[in-house]
Amino acid sequence: MQELKPIGQSALALPSKTHKNQSWGFFPVLTILVLIGPIVSGLVGTILPAFGGSFQSGLSALSFEYWGHLIETPGLARSAWLSLKTGLISTFVSLLVCLLLVASWQGTKIFLFFERLLSPLLSVPHAAAALGLTFLIAPSGWVFRLISPWATGLQRPADLLILGDPDGWALSAGLIIKEMPFLLLMSLAALSQVDTASRMRIALSLGYGQVRGWMLCVLPALYRQIRLPVYAVIVYSMSNVDVSMILGPTAPPTLSIYILNWMTDHDLALRNVAAAGAILQLALVLIGLLIWRLGEKLCALWTQRAISSGKRGAGQSDVIFRLLALIFAAASLLAIFGGLLSQVIWSFAGRWRFPEALPSSFTTRIWERHGASALEMSMTTLALALLAALIALILTIGCLEAEFRRGRVMQRAGLILIYLPLLVPQIAFLPGLQILLLQIGAGLGFWPVLMSHVVFVLPYVFLALSGPYRAWDHRFHTLATAMGKSAFVVLWRLRLPMLLAPILTAMAVGMAVSVGQFLPTLLASGGRLATLTTEAIALSSGGDRRVIGAWVLILSVAAWLPFSIALFVPRFIYRKRLGMLHE
Amino acid sequence: MNNSGFEFKDFTISHAKGAELLSITAQVAPGEILSVMGPSGSGKSTLLSAIIGNLPKAFTHTGQILLDGLQLDKRAPQHRKTGILFQDHLLFPHMSVGQNIGFGLPKMAVGKADLIAEALKDIDLEGYEDRDPETLSGGQRARVALMRTLLAEPKALLLDEPFSRLDTDLREKIRDFVFTRARAAGLPVILVTHDVEDVQAAGGQVLDLGEREL
Amino acid sequence: MKKLICASAFLAAGAAFAEPNPQNWDEVLKEANGQTVYWNAWGGSTQTNDFISWVGERVSQEHGVTLEHVKLTDTADAVGRVVAEKAAGKDEGGAVDMIWINGANFASMKEAGLLFGPFASSLPNWEFADADGKSLTTDFTVPTESYESPWAMAQVVFIYDSETVENPPKSAQDMLEWAKRNPGRFTFPQPPDFLGATFLKQMLIDLAEDTSVLQEPVGDNYAEVTAPLWSWLDEITPHFWRSGRAYPQSGPRQLQLINDGEVDIAISFSPGEATAAIANDQLPESARTFVLDKGTLGNASYVAIPYNASAKEGAMVVANFLLSPEAQLRAQTPDILGYGTVLNMEALPSADRASFEQLELGIATLSPAELGSSLAEPHPSWVARIEADWAERFSVAK
Repeated sequence: MQELKPIGQSALALPSKTHKNQSWGFFPVLTILVLIGPIVSGLVGTILPAFGGSFQSGLSALSFEYWGHLIETPGLARSAWLSLKTGLISTFVSLLVCLLLVASWQGTKIFLFFERLLSPLLSVPHAAAALGLTFLIAPSGWVFRLISPWATGLQRPADLLILGDPDGWALSAGLIIKEMPFLLLMSLAALSQVDTASRMRIALSLGYGQVRGWMLCVLPALYRQIRLPVYAVIVYSMSNVDVSMILGPTAPPTLSIYILNWMTDHDLALRNVAAAGAILQLALVLIGLLIWRLGEKLCALWTQRAISSGKRGAGQSDVIFRLLALIFAAASLLAIFGGLLSQVIWSFAGRWRFPEALPSSFTTRIWERHGASALEMSMTTLALALLAALIALILTIGCLEAEFRRGRVMQRAGLILIYLPLLVPQIAFLPGLQILLLQIGAGLGFWPVLMSHVVFVLPYVFLALSGPYRAWDHRFHTLATAMGKSAFVVLWRLRLPMLLAPILTAMAVGMAVSVGQFLPTLLASGGRLATLTTEAIALSSGGDRRVIGAWVLILSVAAWLPFSIALFVPRFIYRKRLGMLHE
Repeated sequence: MNNSGFEFKDFTISHAKGAELLSITAQVAPGEILSVMGPSGSGKSTLLSAIIGNLPKAFTHTGQILLDGLQLDKRAPQHRKTGILFQDHLLFPHMSVGQNIGFGLPKMAVGKADLIAEALKDIDLEGYEDRDPETLSGGQRARVALMRTLLAEPKALLLDEPFSRLDTDLREKIRDFVFTRARAAGLPVILVTHDVEDVQAAGGQVLDLGEREL
Repeated sequence: MKKLICASAFLAAGAAFAEPNPQNWDEVLKEANGQTVYWNAWGGSTQTNDFISWVGERVSQEHGVTLEHVKLTDTADAVGRVVAEKAAGKDEGGAVDMIWINGANFASMKEAGLLFGPFASSLPNWEFADADGKSLTTDFTVPTESYESPWAMAQVVFIYDSETVENPPKSAQDMLEWAKRNPGRFTFPQPPDFLGATFLKQMLIDLAEDTSVLQEPVGDNYAEVTAPLWSWLDEITPHFWRSGRAYPQSGPRQLQLINDGEVDIAISFSPGEATAAIANDQLPESARTFVLDKGTLGNASYVAIPYNASAKEGAMVVANFLLSPEAQLRAQTPDILGYGTVLNMEALPSADRASFEQLELGIATLSPAELGSSLAEPHPSWVARIEADWAERFSVAK
């Protein structure tokens, strides 16, 4: 039998815990540098020009010239109001539908059906979903074509302001159908950490209706977990460029579109106005978040009241809520998949005029023309996505492992730092970041692009992995350590293999995010690196629905591919391990 | 260095805020079983954590634990050589039965395959190398879990209510099996349990943390 | 390593030596061999993209230059890149080697000292260019001074659906009457889209009493000169598509609106665009084009080289190839690109001239006689004012 050997003095000198911290503690530091560095320097690079300064010269003389120009912009107030309004409304509706759906249908077959469709829903890029919706609801769109002329009598489309309506309802709709699945995914991940079943058992046994019981007993615990993703949705909805460009009003557009126009104007002085606009956008986002916080407080107050009122909300209202949730969710689903289907048809369409429900001729011309280059570009895009997701994954695992070994869950501040890239509007710091990249002499092309992708991929990877990672049964660690295995062996041979499915899912989420990046790719590569998204957006400026349809499809497949791999691989590898398939 | 088993010298665990949780002075000779009883919250599992070396941050300890004359509480967890069994046996779900057994073998062990085959034969599971642990019965799992722990050549064995999930019938069999093996290997054993029958079967010293409930 | 030594030698000799000399064409060709040229050009048209990749194949065969098309959604993206590089002090090794450019973008870059040159008149194929006849030495009245090299001619035409529009309105006044009779069937791209700005200029020229002032920078006469335009817009805007409460965001979007049957008339800056779009099923077969009775605006498309381009020699080689009869002939072929040539037929060898003469017009393309000679672009300062004014008056829906 083996003898216990005395351990050398040096190991005794340091308490074992400190020793371990040193080897993993650098991960959180590195992660925060990777995230915060670009954002902070990008913000500085954006803010300085707004006051007439620059990275190089600093702020020699404070100038408010550009602010004057900004304020004189026609319709600026309306534009800012529009951003605020559409951002808050779309977030509220998507959250409400998502919560109602979870509250009323979780555990049913219908819910399982939605859950299965989540990853393909999430893989459809925002712009693609928006384009699909455009063709569905336009006066010359699919819905009208299907009912014309037999029901409407229309031979020519009616002159109706549906898309780009001045109040931004079409824009809100486009945001809702994409944000609802995202919030649903986040809620599902968070629910694994909230003991829903026992909470609901108590609520139901007290005679509460399904929805009301859930809202009062589960939601408060759940909402704490998904608060940051909700904030990310607010920020995105208020400051996005892609959906707004396609579905948003034009007279005036949202603030982000104004900023984009200034940034890309031939009048170079307008770039400083764009910087001032970016600061306004930042302030607007903060106001939006504040209003939301206020709403949260009111809801909390209402919850308190509702609990003490003793109303049970069983019966009719319960049924109505359940139906509403179902109708909204089904409508979102139909909008995204119907839109996608219409894009597929367009990519094979020859002539297709109003009011024909289907093209009068079909052709494979577009696919012949674009197939080869799409395939080639898919390689670059997926390689980039894979690397970005891998780097993000390593950093995420490093942070989570450091947290595990310190025996301390990440503080709120840390979490906010990780979310920062999602909480700061892209348009407010990317232009500054571009100048910084140039200044530090970063080369062109692949590597700067990769690093800028990591900034946006990391929060999502962290979001997707932290729940399952923390939920892993720590007794496995105890057990293996007691067998004399080092923490690294435990990580490598037990924890990571056992978490294979969530790890691959997190990778897939990260890859989908990377595939969808447009502005960071464009700015960091100087346009020299063409990915599926940059190509799709460049080609879509030509307005040919066939080309757009083909590229929307290619993009969606590229983003969906990692999800399907993430689903398939663990099932294949562990096909003979029933214990791994249960989850 | 000797073969004296566990020795607790004024070993005290306290809440980080100050209140004392438990204090032991005891000796557990090789082949002997110390039963630790008490309701939940009394510190049973905390004691095991302290021995194993992953005491939660909310606690501190003073005093010493010696295993075979060497001070345990100064060592990193993976160098303590204290095997542990939990109530849910915790076979690694992603490994085959053979890989589970082999996991405990020291890195340098030669002829691993033979050792595994022999070990499986020893617990009446000959030829089970490629089986999915999920397909084993409760008793089979318990035996695999014990064998996995023993093959790691521990100097002591900790049992964290390892029989509480088994049927009465099976419980007795497995308990006998574990105790017999532990005694045969000459290991000092600490058994944490709710069950008086376990304590009676163990037949050694009893530490009752009941009165110290907080 | 060799490059490094060269570079340091240049540094020692002063930065001026590092600049290529367009006069020494043999040296340019030598340096260009093996270079990769990133041509930043609008990437929205499959036909243009295909043409650019054909150019890439040819310059690679002939001169060993690799051409990469950076597909832009907006030319200003490339301008922005050069601006950012200058701001960061990156005065060499820039990302942009060549830009498809004209008008205000050119004026801005030239004024800010962001362009390499002069080089255009030193290109060997410059001798074929119709510099005077097609006024290739001024771009929107701004002298090019050889800082950009022309490669295609464009002229405003209006596309209409001949099935629904019998007599297309050939003046601003007729358009107003037509729009009143056919409310919601006409619109234009929203400025600052360049085609939208072009539409405003075109209408101004058609309505203004004296157009010669437009060639001068804008002065005190602004309000007086543009007054007819604003009253015309005030009158017609309520009769636009969506009552002027929304506008298509680009030229191509308008074509889609015609194809969807939402509008009947759209402005275009390429006489050949309608023909190509019909061939691609993007416009109905009944689509045709017309020009205004008083004529329409015309201008040239150019390529320019940023001051900090990485492959200036390669870019010049590409610019020179674009001026060759071979490239120009291909660009003018209706089912390939349908762009007007910048060459002077008289200066061409007779074989090349014959090839041009044999080109057939597309189904919806007007003959040179029908197009008439184009009107000159106003000074850029006019369009800046008009754009701002339009935004003030019309960009916020009532």
